[in-house]
Amino acid sequence: MPARVDRHLMPKQDPQERIRNFDEVALGYSPDTAVEEAKRCIGCPKRPCVAGCPVEVDIPSFVKLIAEGRFVEAARKVKEKNSLPAICGRVCPQETQCEQRCTLGKKGKPVAIGALERFAADYERTSSEGAKNDPKVAARVSAGRVAVVGSGPAGLTCAADLARMGYKVVLFESLHSTGGVLRYGIPEFRLPKAIVDEEVNYVKSLGVEIRANTLVGKTVTLDELFRDGFDAVFLGTGAGLPHFLGIPGENLNGVYSANEFLTRSNLMKAYLFPEYDTPIWVGKRVAVVGAGNVAMDAARTALRLGAEKVTIVYRRSRAEMPARLEEIENAEEEGVELMLLTNPIRVLGDERGWVRGMECIRMELGEPDESGRRRPVPVQGSEFVIDIDTMISAVGTDPNPLLVRSVPGLKIGRHGNVIVNEETGETSVPGVFAGGDIVTGSATVIAAMGAGKIAARGIDEYIRAKRERSG
Amino acid sequence: MHRIIKKEELAPRIKLFVVEAPEIASHARPGHFFVLRLHDRGERIPLTIADSDPGAGTITMVFQEVGKSTYELGTLEEGESILDLVGPLGTPREIRRLDTVVCVAGGVGVAPIYPEAKAFHELGTRVISLVGAQTKDMLIFKDRMEAVSDEVHYATDDGSFGYHGFVTGLLHDLLAGGLRPDEVVAIGPLPMMRAACKVTAEFGVKTVVSLNAIMVDGTGMCGSCRVTVDGKTMFSCVEGPAFDGHKVDFGELMARQTRFLTEEKLAMERYKAHVEGCKCRRE
Ligand SMILES: Cc1cc2nc3c(=O)[nH]c(=O)nc-3n(C[C@H](O)[C@H](O)[C@H](O)COP(=O)(O)OP(=O)(O)OC[C@H]3O[C@@H](n4cnc5c(N)ncnc54)[C@H](O)[C@@H]3O)c2cc1C
Ligand SMILES: Cc1cc2nc3c(=O)[nH]c(=O)nc-3n(C[C@H](O)[C@H](O)[C@H](O)COP(=O)(O)OP(=O)(O)OC[C@H]3O[C@@H](n4cnc5c(N)ncnc54)[C@H](O)[C@@H]3O)c2cc1C
Ligand code: SF4
Ligand code: FES
Repeated sequence: MPARVDRHLMPKQDPQERIRNFDEVALGYSPDTAVEEAKRCIGCPKRPCVAGCPVEVDIPSFVKLIAEGRFVEAARKVKEKNSLPAICGRVCPQETQCEQRCTLGKKGKPVAIGALERFAADYERTSSEGAKNDPKVAARVSAGRVAVVGSGPAGLTCAADLARMGYKVVLFESLHSTGGVLRYGIPEFRLPKAIVDEEVNYVKSLGVEIRANTLVGKTVTLDELFRDGFDAVFLGTGAGLPHFLGIPGENLNGVYSANEFLTRSNLMKAYLFPEYDTPIWVGKRVAVVGAGNVAMDAARTALRLGAEKVTIVYRRSRAEMPARLEEIENAEEEGVELMLLTNPIRVLGDERGWVRGMECIRMELGEPDESGRRRPVPVQGSEFVIDIDTMISAVGTDPNPLLVRSVPGLKIGRHGNVIVNEETGETSVPGVFAGGDIVTGSATVIAAMGAGKIAARGIDEYIRAKRERSG
Repeated sequence: MHRIIKKEELAPRIKLFVVEAPEIASHARPGHFFVLRLHDRGERIPLTIADSDPGAGTITMVFQEVGKSTYELGTLEEGESILDLVGPLGTPREIRRLDTVVCVAGGVGVAPIYPEAKAFHELGTRVISLVGAQTKDMLIFKDRMEAVSDEVHYATDDGSFGYHGFVTGLLHDLLAGGLRPDEVVAIGPLPMMRAACKVTAEFGVKTVVSLNAIMVDGTGMCGSCRVTVDGKTMFSCVEGPAFDGHKVDFGELMARQTRFLTEEKLAMERYKAHVEGCKCRRE
């Protein structure tokens, strides 16, 4: 029996170095390391890891191909189920999905499935062997036409799957560029935009037509799409509507929603201002309210834009922080400070309308609430003020209401989320399907992709049934 | 890509473009705007749809050169193209037949007010337009406004044409003279809209303003454009840009307009240096 090898760490840029650039933090495995790591997989017959993957990637098979040095084949194996492997390899919360179920995790550290997925995808993208794309489009030509609204992971996946089944797909996106949150939300240092471009190009290579700058509901309505001969529509419009805390002073200058801050920086490349025209302003002392991935991204972006002190302000304790552990660690390594069990109650401004401070109150954890987490309760009389000149509010988003509210008969839940049949993605309006954050509220890239996949199957069945009925 | 079919210089630093955009043209209604991006490094800036021709598939925009992006836009010539346009955006104005409407326009605000005046006029509403500018040369859209108004009154800050003073002075005189329109529409710089609201509040006349908050996406995703209306935070790109002027917190909005002043100045200076640099080399 070979000696047990520990999980291989992903090499990273040095924290002191990386807070001065927007280059990718995690550097990826070398081929040797990838082979070594892949060899740790014991190829369990029951394949528990696969059950943990929302898009059912054949994990043991692709890991085995890497172990054998067949890197391009490994990437192709992943792509049989997952059209965006280089993205998922970077941002999927593997620790709560496939890797959580990995047998090796019972006694030690699970196989680094995410890092291996990233390795295979990157290898295929950059090697000459991989350049020959061989998308297998089904022979069944022109099975029908489908309009996909929104080019986030849900829309891209749904479009790719339908194209593979032989449908003519047009993907509509309101922004000038594709990718949804992958483009405007997740920063370059975590997910280089060149990779989003490549994976979008892969989807295009399957025959999907992309129309940017088209706000469905305004530039073209859903009715018009059906009138133009689309057989079905998939709504993957995400959860883009930012919440605010609703406390006094939130409209002062220097208070951003994380969406505005990140959109300026990522989509509009304001971190390259004035080479790029979109401005961004960040002060010396920044408070980021919230503790999810979005908050971590905003905090780390603020550091890179020149902030001297960045503090995450969160009303619960460390154990409840919703961000991925890896991202919390990255942020802390970079010098982001955590101020836990603290809730802002007022933003203070100066006479010119700019933020100068934030009044907070200490919190303690009480009884569990409906989310199962202990409810934070304010400690009477514990108010205090912190000096800040920038505040970024990262306290969540709601499903984007613009289109869905304009569709008569569409059943919508309490939080503005679209209600669907979970097995097919179908909404209450015939021919209209939905998936991703618009259905679940803000979730994950892979969950959105899973929903896109389910809907693609649902749409295929729906169109075929319709064709059969009309003979 | 959206080709510029026609370019007109309406006044110093105010230009009009007619641009190909068939999908926007066929859906445009008064009160709508669009967001434009000049080129790959450009920012997204909102402009009002000043007119549209669904048959020809074109829209008209009128803009004042105030900073880097609008200056650069002004250098484009007929036949050249704008990279991206998205729209129509915003909640269109609900326009019903009324007895009398007063349209108060300041500077380039006359361009966005024109489609509203036109729509009211077409329904048979009596339209009284008050158009103000700094000086005679800056008065634009005269023929168009006269074609859709029952009366047009002009004001210039320097007295070179019409009433000598602010257009809000004209408005005050009209209301003090006893006119009670069903509605006042005021579009122009923030201080002018605020002043117009102050006048109409005095006489209890409903007033609709169109807010030019700083935007990024224009679709309700970033919150950059938020304004306080009636004590509530609204996203002006989606819920507006038109609001009841008496409920708008103008002080807050005016402060928010200065958020990127330093950066805007820097961009403009760099752009000027660059343009002048090019000229030198050409000589
Ligand atoms: C900053 C940030 C960091 C994150 N980090 C992670 C992470 O590390 N790992 C992870 O798994 N998840 C992460 N998430 C969550 C993840 O990105 C989302 O769950 C996922 O992107 C949802 O995908 P989607 O396709 O449903 O929607 P989106 O990605 O939101 O895409 C929706 C698209 O639809 C477009 N659109 C909306 N309305 C219209 C319309 N009417 N017409 C045309 N187009 C329209 C939008 O412009 C957008 O491009 C993060 C989210 C954010 C904001
Ligand atoms: C709904 C709406 C409709 C508009 N319609 C017209 C129009 O028909 N004609 C016209 O001339 N102008 C219009 N504007 C204003 C126009 O968008 C700004 O003049 C333009 O963005 C300035 O860009 P700049 O780079 O040239 O100037 P900058 O140097 O960037 O800024 C000059 C000033 O313009 C404002 N501004 C800057 N960026 C933005 C932005 N992204 N969004 C809004 N305002 C900004 C700020 O107050 C700033 O101080 C409209 C604005 C809005 C919100
Ligand atoms: S559970 Fe872990 S060890 Fe087992 S097959 Fe999957 S990756 Fe390999
Ligand atoms: S401009 Fe982004 S929400 Fe209005």
